[in-house]
Amino acid sequence: MIPSLPRPVWLRAATAAYLAAFLAFLFLPLIIVAVFAFNDAPYPAPPWRGFTLDWFSGNASLDRTGLYGDADLLRSIWTSCSVAFWVTLLSVLIGTCNAFLIERSRFFGKQALSILMLAPLVIPGVILGISILALASRIADFADDVLGLDWDFLRPGLPLVVLGQFSYIATIATLTIGARLKRFDRTLEEAAANLGASKSAVFRTILLPYLRPALLGSAAMSFLMSFADFNTTLILVGADAPLTVMMYGRMREGASPVLNAVSLFLMLASAVLALTFMGGGQARAKGTNAPARTT
Amino acid sequence: MTSAPTRADTGQARWHGRFALSLLLAPAVLWLGALIILPHVDLAILSFRERVAPRQYAASLAQYKIFFTEPLYWHVFVRTAVMSVVATFLTLLLAFPMAWIIAKLARGRARSTLFVLCLIPFWVSETVRTLGWMILLRESGVLPSLLVKLGVTAVPVEFLYRDATIMVGLVYASLLFMVIPLISSLESLDNSLIEAAYDLGANGPAVLRTIVIPHAAPGITAGCIVVFMLTLGSYLTPTLLGGKNSQWFTEQIYTQFITRFNWEQGAAFGFLLLALSTALVMLGLKLTGQRFGDAMRRA
Repeated sequence: MIPSLPRPVWLRAATAAYLAAFLAFLFLPLIIVAVFAFNDAPYPAPPWRGFTLDWFSGNASLDRTGLYGDADLLRSIWTSCSVAFWVTLLSVLIGTCNAFLIERSRFFGKQALSILMLAPLVIPGVILGISILALASRIADFADDVLGLDWDFLRPGLPLVVLGQFSYIATIATLTIGARLKRFDRTLEEAAANLGASKSAVFRTILLPYLRPALLGSAAMSFLMSFADFNTTLILVGADAPLTVMMYGRMREGASPVLNAVSLFLMLASAVLALTFMGGGQARAKGTNAPARTT
Repeated sequence: MTSAPTRADTGQARWHGRFALSLLLAPAVLWLGALIILPHVDLAILSFRERVAPRQYAASLAQYKIFFTEPLYWHVFVRTAVMSVVATFLTLLLAFPMAWIIAKLARGRARSTLFVLCLIPFWVSETVRTLGWMILLRESGVLPSLLVKLGVTAVPVEFLYRDATIMVGLVYASLLFMVIPLISSLESLDNSLIEAAYDLGANGPAVLRTIVIPHAAPGITAGCIVVFMLTLGSYLTPTLLGGKNSQWFTEQIYTQFITRFNWEQGAAFGFLLLALSTALVMLGLKLTGQRFGDAMRRA
């Protein structure tokens, strides 16, 4: 019931209890991961054996490899960062073009195109992955057989991972930037033009500053989604594994608190990134620009 | 500048407009054509062929026939669909009160804090969240040892590799995608309607049934569609929390494509999954009388 109506005590109590349970459910896994990054035991499991930083810095006398000494894990973080960089760059660039295309131009088939742009969000990530893998391999085979060319970038590997992630993250960037462009007051542009500003000057001095929050927000979101992507990446990955794939492999083999350490690092890094570029703006926008998928 | 434009001018302007439009259109066409449409056409071709000899292929329906004649594949397919529907429903039940609290009860700072609190876990990758659940639920994990300590069970219970655990993981992974569309649809509900109904003697359940749910229907549909599709296509949560017992259809696709290198079979499975999700989404939209584009934008 809403605040303006009388709410019985039991209802208030039930609401508070539900709220506490919901938040506990939401944060319990994350807190557990963080806590066991500091447990002085070779497995991330109870009981608590004391506080240690071994799982970050390593401890040679106990034969423990910490996060800072785990070359494979560090390399996979770097791999994820470089993949995310390219995905972000492509998504924001193409997303901006698409936003102008949908909000500002008129052409035959626009309605169909804007619906088609939503399609990548509803195709499961695994299917995006296998379809791109199949086409890329067909082209690479063709290049190899007919043209005698060795197009390695079309074989499973990081370039394909970038393309696979970009294929759906571009939709999210398009929606975020488009939503802001839609609310733009076009009389500002007309006023500038009347005062003698050229088209490029209007774009540079009025539109770009106006779009800045959406551009930064969608960049942060693209980066985080690329970093978190698993399904598409798993299918298209080659020899260099990004962090999520590397972690998945290790989680299947067994547990080590090093994974907790790297997870804690991930949590802190993504919280900082998100709160800096998206948090406030999103809360104000009441979530209308929020991500639509994370798989 | 103010004189009427000559025919040559308008012709040139139109040409400029066309040029600008095609410059804007090119990235979108490249993106959708090369990464979405062509790959799916190729996948369709793959799924409708059969290897008759090394590097020799013939058009055939064999891949689809195998799916319908092999009970294992059928079983996994139906199981994935049913569990996804159940997970979607449970997510809706769990998320609705939270959305109501954020949209109607909380004010000012409390409201934005609650909203950000709901968002935070979803900025972290699914891998990290699943790791947390594994540490909590495995036999040597936190919850089993807590239960032993409290005297509920004599020996630690293995919570992983059960359907209920997979369900918990799926609901957890989907919560945000249900909460957000629900909030935006509940926010637009005018409080005075609820007050009026209350004054006219309606009780809580009646208000919910006759006012809140009809008004929030678009948000409910959007949330359900997104959650259903995410769940159907999820891979990490079922395989890690369910282990060998997970029997999730995306796992079958992965096995065919990557492990067995049977791309024809994997492509057919991919299309079947796509058909299933499209069919159920269409059904959902039809039942609530909504259009796809509107529902997706809402989400």
